Amino acid sequence: MNFFLTIVLDGLIEASWLFIVALGLTLVFGVLKILNVAHGSFYALGAYIAATTVTIVAAHSLPPAAGFVAMLISVALIASIVGLLLERGLLKMFYGRDEVVLLLVTYAVFLILEDTTKLIWGVNPIYATQPYELFGNVEFAGLYYVGYDLMLIPAAALIGTAVWYGLNRTIIGKIVLAVIHNEEMSVSMGVRVNRVYAAAFAFGVLLAALAGALTAPKISMQPGLSSDVIILSFAIVVIGGLGSVEGAAVGALLVGLARATSVHLMPQAELFVIYLIMAAVLMFRPEGLFKRETARRI
Amino acid sequence: MGPRRFHPLLMILPVIVAVLFGRVLPTWTLSLATIAASNALVALGIVVLARTGNVSFGQGLFFAAGGYGVALVANGTGITDAVLQMLIGAVCGGLLGLVIGPLIARYSGIFFGMLTLALSMVFYGALVKTTLLGGSDGFNVGRPSLFGLNFTDTREADFMLYAVAVVTTGLAAIAAVFLFRSEFGLASLAVRENNLRVEYLGLSANRIITTNFVIAATFAGASGAFALMAQRHIDPQFAYWTTSGEFVFVAVLAGYQSVSAVFVASLALELVRSFSNLYLPNTWQLALGVFLLAVILFLPRGIGSLWTRERRKRTGLPAEAPAAAEEGAPT
Repeated sequence: MNFFLTIVLDGLIEASWLFIVALGLTLVFGVLKILNVAHGSFYALGAYIAATTVTIVAAHSLPPAAGFVAMLISVALIASIVGLLLERGLLKMFYGRDEVVLLLVTYAVFLILEDTTKLIWGVNPIYATQPYELFGNVEFAGLYYVGYDLMLIPAAALIGTAVWYGLNRTIIGKIVLAVIHNEEMSVSMGVRVNRVYAAAFAFGVLLAALAGALTAPKISMQPGLSSDVIILSFAIVVIGGLGSVEGAAVGALLVGLARATSVHLMPQAELFVIYLIMAAVLMFRPEGLFKRETARRI
Repeated sequence: MGPRRFHPLLMILPVIVAVLFGRVLPTWTLSLATIAASNALVALGIVVLARTGNVSFGQGLFFAAGGYGVALVANGTGITDAVLQMLIGAVCGGLLGLVIGPLIARYSGIFFGMLTLALSMVFYGALVKTTLLGGSDGFNVGRPSLFGLNFTDTREADFMLYAVAVVTTGLAAIAAVFLFRSEFGLASLAVRENNLRVEYLGLSANRIITTNFVIAATFAGASGAFALMAQRHIDPQFAYWTTSGEFVFVAVLAGYQSVSAVFVASLALELVRSFSNLYLPNTWQLALGVFLLAVILFLPRGIGSLWTRERRKRTGLPAEAPAAAEEGAPT
């Protein structure tokens, strides 16, 4: 029983940060119809910025809580700026081109960011462990967990709910949904689609970077981080259905639980299992679990 | 149609010239050109498949299948012949394509791409964890020979591999041009335009996609054999998504327009890579990314548009109508 609980909790912790990353990816795809290969790089960027901020704050001998808050603020600021600059300065030039071309543009951005992070932060592992002790240790049904890890679950739930509420219950959200549904119609109704694009992309980058910041204290930052994350979040959004918030949540849960299960039972099958699930889902529901069927073009 | 079309067999001439040119190339360019020719083969497969409107982001799967197949056969039976190894690689890739093709042909667009990516990553994950095959370190194989000749001089060995790679890729390119102009090739283009109408005409869109998929897989398998022979080492990186990404990169760089553009694009990529490796050792990916962006921005129809456009002007044909029918990608 305890073993089972361990798997479920580990899976939920894993799923929570994966969900935040995948949410950004799925929103960007929904609005801009871009499958963003560079999304993992924004996660890595967030993690690196968080590490730097935490280290600076710790050097001024401020409490870890200040480091935690400073890290979230700095990451949110930088990510929004980077996102806006990229969308307005680069992606804008390629709208209307084939989706494969746009995918390659983001692949180029991935390559560029990969080396840029290496240039700024070097190739040696970086740590930012100070905030990790912030929430103490929690005993849960006889199991000891780091409070920080458990805190990620409500954090992800909060972000997910906020995004869902924002999309479905606010005016801005309705405008975004209108753009997702039919861009031309939105333009003719007076929606400034350009602004929605820029904001949606920046928000997607923000979510990826935020997930990076939240996980930064748990992990070691080194090259290759972005590559692993993008592969996982691709699997999640494809399982859930590209562009679907609910789908990202279910996909993240599936991937998180599958990963935790395989780590505990069959560590050699970790990556294998996730892509097997993805292939299986695509076999039976090519549009993902939560995507509406679209009419065939005649 | 019209004077613009050359006979595909004329392409044998540049292939022969390229092989002879290898005699005067310095050694480092020789191995670079071998890799370029071998990568061009995979990219050619992607171009073939792209004519049905589907882009595979998982050609690394067949690339690795070819490489591992050849490596296992070579270590098991002692076959070292370069041509034979290439054929074994092609068969391995093709067989795997035959298994996967029919399953995958039902999907289109981004889902096709993601599913191929997923399958290649499943393979990658399996390879990394298979200790029998060396896990993530991979394993080594011996030096290839040719028709019973062993090459002790490294320069001669490099040239042999270069010649076999260039001839193979050249033959594949000639075959591709024949294919593009055949009824089947035109039907493939029709699938890209509208697969439902193709089915109304009594053709099976799935079968057309599957056949093109198997061709692409065969090319990738043969290319995997070359990569193995050039490096004399194999590891799961062959199947990793960034490897597949580079192949798509070459295909987009070439612009789906002309077969020769695939070679130029592949060579350009290898040159940019090795020069930035040499002069910007820590930022070669950055250079590669900027290069890719520049090509997509300034040559939206790929490197091939540099000379296909010129040819149109010279022959005075209308630029759009026949050209649009021959292109492989939406513009």
